[in-house]
Parts: sequence; structure tokens; C-alpha cells
Amino acid sequence: MSGSDLVFYILALMTLCFGVLTVTSRQIFRAAVYLLFCLLGVAGIYFWLNYQFLAAVQIVVYAGGIVVLILFSIFLTQQSGEKLPVPAVSRKFFSALAAFCALALVLVSVFRFSFAESGKRSALVSMSQIGEKMLSPGEGGYALPFEVISVLLLAALIGCIVIAIKTKPDAR
Amino acid sequence: MTEPGLYHILTLSALLFCTGMYGFFTRRNLITLLMSVELMLNSVNLNLVAFDRYVWPEKTEGLFFSLFIIAVAAAEAALAIAIIIHLYRTHKSIDVQEAEELKY
Amino acid sequence: MIYTVLVLLIVLFPLAGFLFPALWGRSLFKKSAGPLTVVLMTFSFLLSAYFAYLYFFEFGYQQGAYRRFLFPDIPWLEFSGALAIRMGAYIDAVSVMMLLTVTFVSLMVHVYSLWYMKHQERYAAYFAYLSLFTFSMLGLVLSSNIFQMYFFWELVGVSSFLLIGFYYQKPAAAAAAKKAFIVTRFADVGFFIGILILSFSAGSMDFETILHKLTTPGSDALNTAAAQTFLGISALSWGAALVFMGAAGKSALFPLHIWLPDAMEGPTPVSALIHAATMVVAGVFLIARLFPLYAITVPGVQEFIAWVSAVTALMAALIACVQTDIKRILAFSTMSQIGLMMLSLGVAKYEAGPVPGYTASLFHLFTHALFKSLLFLCAGIMIHFVHNNSIWKMGGLRKYLPLTHLFFLAGCLAISGIPPFSGFFSKEEILLAAYRNYFPLYVLVLITSAVTAFYMFRMYFRTFWFYNLKGPTEKETEIEVPALIPLVLLAIGAVLGGFIPFGNFVTSDGHRMPFHFDVRFSLLPVILNLAGIFVAMWFYKTKNKRSDIVQEKAWKLYLLLSEKFYVDHLYEFITRKVIFQVIGRSAAWFDKNIVDGMVNLSGEATQYVSAAFRKLQSGKVQLYALYFLLAILALALITILK
Repeated sequence: MSGSDLVFYILALMTLCFGVLTVTSRQIFRAAVYLLFCLLGVAGIYFWLNYQFLAAVQIVVYAGGIVVLILFSIFLTQQSGEKLPVPAVSRKFFSALAAFCALALVLVSVFRFSFAESGKRSALVSMSQIGEKMLSPGEGGYALPFEVISVLLLAALIGCIVIAIKTKPDAR
Repeated sequence: MTEPGLYHILTLSALLFCTGMYGFFTRRNLITLLMSVELMLNSVNLNLVAFDRYVWPEKTEGLFFSLFIIAVAAAEAALAIAIIIHLYRTHKSIDVQEAEELKY
Repeated sequence: MIYTVLVLLIVLFPLAGFLFPALWGRSLFKKSAGPLTVVLMTFSFLLSAYFAYLYFFEFGYQQGAYRRFLFPDIPWLEFSGALAIRMGAYIDAVSVMMLLTVTFVSLMVHVYSLWYMKHQERYAAYFAYLSLFTFSMLGLVLSSNIFQMYFFWELVGVSSFLLIGFYYQKPAAAAAAKKAFIVTRFADVGFFIGILILSFSAGSMDFETILHKLTTPGSDALNTAAAQTFLGISALSWGAALVFMGAAGKSALFPLHIWLPDAMEGPTPVSALIHAATMVVAGVFLIARLFPLYAITVPGVQEFIAWVSAVTALMAALIACVQTDIKRILAFSTMSQIGLMMLSLGVAKYEAGPVPGYTASLFHLFTHALFKSLLFLCAGIMIHFVHNNSIWKMGGLRKYLPLTHLFFLAGCLAISGIPPFSGFFSKEEILLAAYRNYFPLYVLVLITSAVTAFYMFRMYFRTFWFYNLKGPTEKETEIEVPALIPLVLLAIGAVLGGFIPFGNFVTSDGHRMPFHFDVRFSLLPVILNLAGIFVAMWFYKTKNKRSDIVQEKAWKLYLLLSEKFYVDHLYEFITRKVIFQVIGRSAAWFDKNIVDGMVNLSGEATQYVSAAFRKLQSGKVQLYALYFLLAILALALITILK
């Protein structure tokens, strides 16, 4: 087993463990921090796969953006020190069963299907290539989705403000 | 313990997805539900990247799809949190079991 | 090309006269709608007079006969290669004559209405309807195919409906409008089926093709159509008879006549234009258009037409003898006269060369339009003067309405067939046609004619003589100028119209046919008519009780006549007792219990099922996610296991 393989297994293990902790931890603040580590683990796997840009985006957007957002909303909505309630055993059981069934189904179908793996190692996709593709309107370019996403983000921005804005009591 | 490849990553992603799913079913707090959803989204991204890496290494679709999914996820998270905060203001709670007015 | 433009302009001026007051009748043309439409109608009339001049004296007469022309002739609805409906103006002597008559009478009525409808509510709407009617009637007489004619036929019916119900605040007027519309619509169903049969047999809607294909003996279309029978009568006869049903409905022939007397609820000028001079003769016009078909191919139907019209003519004349409403008397006399026109078409035998009966019918149509509208317009003045329709309320009017008296007398003499007034000449031709071809009907026409003279002069003497009405306290102007002009012009037409050598212009095949008058033949009808007049004079010239005595002696006959032979009662019985009670009730029961039951059943079933399903909509997000997951698992399983 080479060092590279070992790195992968460690990253995978870390991701999974923190993922499980995220969904089971009874303290919501800790759950958020576990989520952060889990996301970092995923970013590590991106690095391991040689997708530096994607890994960077993962860290910036997820770790830096979404997790912080979640932490803020926890501060806003949660009394400190309160623990999350323990779900009922039956609920746990059936949820686990459902998750397991889904897992079994996915894994069975994945392993029954033989993917045509190409032996080539992909060349490193450079940042400038990504940038050019992102803004290219021609074939293989992503100018349209890029624009659509920008509109979506703007809409989300406005939507968030509209939803979360504090209305004055007398304005109702 | 063989050399990690496509199937390893797919397995990892499936496990991560089911973890998120388990969380989605068991948790009651809306913020933790959101975290579970983020886990699931990440597992999907992992899938796409793995296919991009191992099956079509000469193409970049998987990479870009992941990027867009991250962008959408960011927007979705922001909206979800706005909704959660609003719900907290009106209900003084963000427990999904208590926010069930939208029923028959 | 110039002719096409002329024809189009003739038709489009009345259309403009409808559109402008209809669109801006409450604002821009509130006061000026009348003069505006009069001006437009004047243009239309002058153009049609010019066009008639051109047709009869310039281009129409070629190689010894008046020819047919189509200007314009454009495709309108093209369904398939074989079936196309065209729009065009069919120009021949008949349609040009009708064009002239319709625009002239319409113009007269428009002018008269300036006075009659003055200060009335919905003044602009009235003139809009009147112009709409004129437009539709012109379209009808110019139709080049039977479908186009049907189209305008219905338009004419609609404008008639609107005008009968013009005083729709009056329940009687609203009911009369409804009645007229329903009865004519009912007849038009038959007309439409007839159109379908005829056009299917001929493979075309055009009059020319229909007539050509269905009157050439031995042609394929004729053989095929004759081979198909229904109830032992050939399809072609059915088609022709059904077309006649439409004509009978519009022309108020027995038994579809019941709407015409009630239609007198409309304004009097409308009665003059629509229910005397033009629209009601549309049926005669239609049968005249298809005359060769009836005369050559289906003589059985033609004989049927003759008898129906003879019955109508005599019946209406008899009923008119006991009516008291001046407009209703005129309405029944209209029915009777239309019966005579139709009868003339019914008895005419097809022969090589011009057919006398055909010309007689259209000649009578022409003169009748003139003198009957004159009579109606005079009646309008009389009604306006005494503010009542009943002839019992009139009497001695000759002192107050001297001019009207003269005009009315002229009209009465004309309709009674006294020489040299116009009615004499046309009626003479009808008598001649009946005498030559069908003697029993000749006798009927003679009787009808004498009865006509009686009831017309009964009305004349009862209103203008009889006793002296107490004069109105304030001096009223008898006739204002707008009413006077049309009366004078129409009176001239009614008096002198008979001297037009009609046979030289309008004949069945376009060849000229001079009239010959035989004094010996004319003697009998004139004597009978004069006798009718003298009987009326004896009864009604001075105030006396003679009529009352006769009425008491023959009260059974009187009742029968005043109840109009109980035809209305029969209709009442059929509609109320048979259709409403039996058919309507059972249909209503079926609708309420079976149809509604099915609807309610499906509704209740849906409600029940959804009540069971709605528990799924619990509001619990995680439950929804679970359903979602289960569904996806199921779908994935199906895909994998397939």
C-alpha cells in the first residue's frame, strides 16, 4: 500500500466519521463543527484526486461560507447549553433501515455495473482553462449556466432579504 | 485494501449519502436537517468528480457540474437559513415537528 | 370591373349605415344617425338605379336575352378541392329588380322614419338596425350560391328580430320578436337540410351549377339523386320541399305564418319595410331562383307549393275580414298577397321560352312592395294621429287627414286590383297563369281577390268614413315633409307601377315577353273586386248596425275567423301540452336523475377517495422525504430488475 493510498483511506475514514458524528451529535454547535471537518475531508479527497480548484472552492464556499452561516443561525435560534432531543428508538431503527436499504440498492447496482474506466490519468486542469471554459459561449463552454447561476444567486440574495427582514410590529 | 479507484470513491459517496439520509430522518432541528442535506449534496459532488476523474478523464463536465452544484447549494443554504430564521421569529422554535400547519 | 365596384358600393353603403350608428350611436351620432343613414341609403339607391339602368339598357341585354353575370366572384371557404363556397353577386334581371325595389323602399322608409321615430329613445339604434336589415337583404338578393343566401337569410332574420323587439320594454313586443325568431329558425332548419341535400346532389352550392345539373334530364347527378328515396319520396323532392319549408317560414305561409301578425308589434315603418315589402318576399325570391328545379325536376313539390300558397292566401284574406287592428289587417293581407305570388310560381308550367307565371309572381312582388309599404306608412300616420291601432277607434278621419286619405285610397285600390292601379296588372297576370295551368286554383284566386277588395275597403271605410270622430282640440300638422316625400313617391309607384312593361325586363329565361291584356278576361275579376268594394261600402260607409247584425247571425264563423282558424291554439297545444309536458318533463327527469346522478356520483366518489388520501398530507417534512425515498427505491428496483 503506497502512501497515496493510505492518504485516501485516512481521508475517507475521517469524512465518514465526522459525517456520522454530524448526524448523531446531541449538541448542535458541535454538529456544525463536525460538519466542517467532514467537508474538509471531502476537500481533501478533491486534492487527492488532483482537483485543486474544486478543493479550494469547496473550502471557501462550504467551510468558509455555509458552515459559518449555519453557525450564525445557530447563535440566532438556539439557547446555549440545550441539548438536542434523542430520537425515539423506533425512529432510529426505521431510519437506519431505510438508509441501509438505499445504500444496499446503490451499492448493488454500482458493483453490478462495470464502468468503462479509462486508464489515462487526466492532466491537471489549470485555473485559466477553467476560467476560459466558464465564460466561453462556444462548444464545451459554460457561459449560459454561468449567467443563469448568477441570476439565481441574485434571486436568492433578494429572496433571503425579503424572507428574513424584520417587519415592524405596527406594520402588520 | 486495494489501490483506491472509482469504486472506492463511489462507495464512500454512497455511505456519506446514506449518513445524510439517516440524519434527515432522525433529526428534528431544522438546522441539523440542513446539515444532513449538505452531506448528501457533497456525496453527489464526490460522485461526479469520481466519474470525471476515472471514466472521462479528457473531459471536464464533472468538474463544472460540481462547481455549479456548490453554487446552487450556497444559494439554497442561504435561503434555508432565511426561512429558518423567519420560522423562529413566528414560532419561537425551529422544530420541524411543530411546523406542520401546511397539512390537510 | 366598374360593375363590381358599383355592386359592392350598393351593398356597402347600408353596411356603413349600420356600423356608424351602431358604434357611435350614443355619442357622435346620437342625433344625426337618421340623416346619416338616409344619406347613405340615398347613395345606395341612386347607385342601384344607375346600375339597373346600365343592366337593362347597356350591358345586360345581349343576343336577344338578359344574361347572367357574376361580379364579383371570389372564393370564400374552401374545404377541399370538390367543395368550396364562393361569395359573389349574381346579377340577372330578377336580382337587379330586387336591388332596385329593396333600396327604394328602404330609402322611403328611412326618410319616413326621420319623422316617425323623432324624439324616440334609441333613435340611433333604430336606424342602425334598419340599415343592417337593408344590407342583409341586398346581400340576400345578390347571393350567387345557396349557402351565401342562407347566411344573409339568417342575418335578415336577426335584424327582423331586433326590429320587432325594438320596444322590448313591452312584453308583447319581446314575445313577438321571440316568436318570429323561433318560428323562422324552425323553418330554417328545414331550409338548411334542404340546402345540404341539394348541394350534395349537385356537388356544388352555386345556383347556376345546381340548376344546371339538377334540371338537365338524364344527367348523372339527377339520376343518382332520383334513385335515393326516403319514405317513398325521392331525395331531391325532399330537398326541394325542405327548401320550400324555409321559404314558407320566412314568407309566412301556412302553417308557419303565425309569427307575422305578431310581428306588427314593431315600429310601423319597420312593418312596412320588412314585414310587407322586402323580407317576407325573400321566400318568393328563393323559390323563383330555384324555379327551374321545381318546375322541371320536382313538379309534385311545385303542386304542393301551389296548394299551400292558395290555402294561405284564402285563409289570410278571410281572417283579415274580422280583424280590428289596422296593422294586423295589413299583415294578413300581406300573407294573402305573398300566397298569391307563391301560388303563381306554383302553377307556372315550365315551357320553352319565358314562363308567364314566373314573371307574374315577380311583378306582383314588385307592385306589392310599393302599395303595401304605402299602406303601412299611411297606417303609421293614422295610428300616430289617434294613438291607437284599432279601427274601431278611428272613423271619419278623412276630414283630419285629407292627404293620407288620398294615399290610402290609392293603396287600397291598387291592392284590390282595380284598373288602372298597379295591383290590377300584376294580379291579372297571376290569374292568367292560374287560369291556363290549374283551373281550381284560378277559382280560389278569384275568391281571394274579391275578399281582399272587401276587407281592404272595410278598413278604408271604417277608418275614413263611418262616423265623425271628435276632432283634436289643437290643430296638428297632418304630415311633415320627411313623411310626405316617401308617401308621394310610393303613391306614384302604386298608381302607375302597373304600366311598367315588366315582362320586357324580368322573365324566367331572359327573353322578353310582352304582356297582352284581354278585356274579356279582365272583366270577371274586376267585377268581383268591385262587388267586394260595394259590399264593404254598404256595411261601413255610414254609421250603421249592419255589420253587427251579420256578426251575431254568423257568430260561429266569426269566432273561427277571429281566432285565426285556431292555428295558434294548435301550436300552443303542441308546444305546451306535447313538447313541454311530455317530452320536456321526461327529458328533465332524465337530466335530473340520470345525468345529474352520474355527475354527483363521480363527485362524491372523488370526495370519498380524497378523504382517504388526504391523511398523507400530514405537514411533516420528514414523512414526505420518506415517501420520496420509497418511491425512488421502487423506481430504481423496477429499473434494475427489468
